[in-house]
Amino acid sequence: MWEFLTDFPAIGRRELAEMKKAIDEAFKGFSRTYGEGLENFFDPLLKFLVWFEKLLIATPWPIILVIVGGLAWLGSRSWKITAGAVLAFIVIGIFDMWEDTMATLAIISVATFLCILIGIPIGILMSRSDRMQALITPVLDVMQTIPSFVYLIPVVMLLGIGKVPGLLAVLIYAIPPIVRLTNLGIRLVDTEVLEAADAFGASSRQKLFGVQVPLALPNIFAGVNQTIMMALSMVVIASMIGVKGLGVPVLRAISNQYLALGLMNGLAIVALAIIFDRISQSYGKRLQAYRGQGHD
Amino acid sequence: MTEPKIRIKNLYKIFGDHPEKVLPFVRDEGMGKDELLDKHNHVLGVNNVSLDIMEKQIQVVMGLSGSGKSTLIRHINRLIEPTGGEITVDGADVLAMNDAQLRDLRRFKMSMVFQKFALLPHRTIRENVGYGLEVQGVAEAEIAERTQHWIDRVGLTGYEEHYPGHLSGGMQQRVGLARGLATDADILLMDEAFSALDPLIRFDMQSILLELQAELHKTIVFITHDLDEALRLGDDIAILRDGAMVQQGDAQDIVLKPADDYIRDFIKDINRAKVIRLRALAAPLAEGAAPPDGLPTLPASTVLEEAMLTMSDAPDQTVLVERKDGTLAGTATLTQAIQALHG
Ligand SMILES: Nc1ncnc2c1ncn2[C@@H]1O[C@H](COP(=O)(O)OP(=O)(O)OP(=O)(O)O)[C@@H](O)[C@H]1O
Ligand SMILES: [Mg+2]
Repeated sequence: MWEFLTDFPAIGRRELAEMKKAIDEAFKGFSRTYGEGLENFFDPLLKFLVWFEKLLIATPWPIILVIVGGLAWLGSRSWKITAGAVLAFIVIGIFDMWEDTMATLAIISVATFLCILIGIPIGILMSRSDRMQALITPVLDVMQTIPSFVYLIPVVMLLGIGKVPGLLAVLIYAIPPIVRLTNLGIRLVDTEVLEAADAFGASSRQKLFGVQVPLALPNIFAGVNQTIMMALSMVVIASMIGVKGLGVPVLRAISNQYLALGLMNGLAIVALAIIFDRISQSYGKRLQAYRGQGHD
Repeated sequence: MTEPKIRIKNLYKIFGDHPEKVLPFVRDEGMGKDELLDKHNHVLGVNNVSLDIMEKQIQVVMGLSGSGKSTLIRHINRLIEPTGGEITVDGADVLAMNDAQLRDLRRFKMSMVFQKFALLPHRTIRENVGYGLEVQGVAEAEIAERTQHWIDRVGLTGYEEHYPGHLSGGMQQRVGLARGLATDADILLMDEAFSALDPLIRFDMQSILLELQAELHKTIVFITHDLDEALRLGDDIAILRDGAMVQQGDAQDIVLKPADDYIRDFIKDINRAKVIRLRALAAPLAEGAAPPDGLPTLPASTVLEEAMLTMSDAPDQTVLVERKDGTLAGTATLTQAIQALHG
């Protein structure tokens, strides 16, 4: 009797093993039937990723430095941040991490671009109805909390090892903040301003693109910033399934106990994170310049 | 009798989960706001209001906080759906309109000015004033031209490229007014448009509105909880309490014949000399009698404050009161005036 209480009455070991096997077999079947189709579907994405990475690596470094400086200036309008960004890239180059950094930059840029492309419309959809929000929120929760290794398994089973599965893994992890903050930003738009738009006969399209999205922009931008940060934090895990970049040497350093190598590449990732963060934050602040010294 | 510009008939609005179910209690059994809330947990916003608003008039709607003024005005452009009743604008049934017709009504027929301005914070003053035109789909060059005209009219020249957050309250509401006027709609809905402003600025804004109205002749529905403002602006004043209309009339009617204690309370502090006009005092001459010689003549619309000095200097302290059309309304004496001031 006591035994019944101390050992949880679990399903029999054999039944459990069979159940797991059945699921695995079913998924393998699915993967055999559709795996190739999916790979073909993602082929253009792969080609683009490869092309973009090659482009970044083949571009002479002084041009990259100019572009980095230019983008930093456009984003932040701050000499400090611009100089810091250029200097960080120079140090990265001096320590022979240029090529890996370009590879990481390529995947992060593409991942961020895709997150924006997919995440903002989903966020808008979510803001339009409470049902949609109730439906999507738990999915986002799962995406953010489930250990990455767990969803790497089906992704790898379906698509094998390579850039695309790596990119998908990054997307799954990095897209929730932009979806959430787009939704939140739109929902936080002042109801009085919306009422005014209604009173002047704005259609729901005119309200969305003329009032809601522009006023949600600072929040949407905070989402973009977080998305970039989360994508960067996936660099090492992505490299485990075949994504080139700064994650590869870190992995090598872990398995061989190369402290210096791990530290250097780790710091390069941190440097990228700080640069992206500062630029996108100050850009986000400039988006809010109109808020000025409000007279509310 | 001309058709009213806006006709509101037996309008009811109940807030809550099942407004239609509790409507009969209010409509057929005469249940009031407090009882409805106690017994059925529904809020009575508007209770059987009927109001005909004439063209080119300033219709003031007055009442204490929570009396249903905002709810009422939002029915005219159907930002709020009524629980029961009828609303027509220029004879067209507003409640029968589909989405597209309703949008056109809001775009072309009426515009609105809000208590808390409700400007678009991410747009410049120019872009705010042009908002209604942009929504209508007017070409950019024309928007620029018409927008500039109204910016100049409300005295904001030079602030075109500023953002609303950088302007004072009074200036922000000029933007709100210009935005409302820019679409050239016949009807202007103003929900406590000046209530958030300091008294001096408020007086200025009232003057601007009166000045514009003398030239534009719009039909204006003006909500306020301030009696002085109501008396200064309103051609006609409707007073609400707990969602129901308690009295409607011009300033004199309200001051001289308050319908109940609620209104008597409202008017007790006002300066009656500024409201009561000679018209209210004029005692007609006996049939066929010639008007006495040597008495000064004053227009019937003169307020007592202005008339009293003339009266005290006149023979017998009596003046002749002349109507707008030049006919004689009768005589008025200083004694009458003093009595009127004391109610
Ligand atoms: N959306 C709503 N849901 C429930 N009750 C509401 C709603 N809007 C208004 N009410 C109620 O209806 C009544 C009338 O409100 P309304 O805002 O029209 O008053 P008001 O006369 O404009 O007051 P104020 O001077 O404070 O603006 C109030 O009792 C208010 O609580
Ligand atoms: Mg109100």
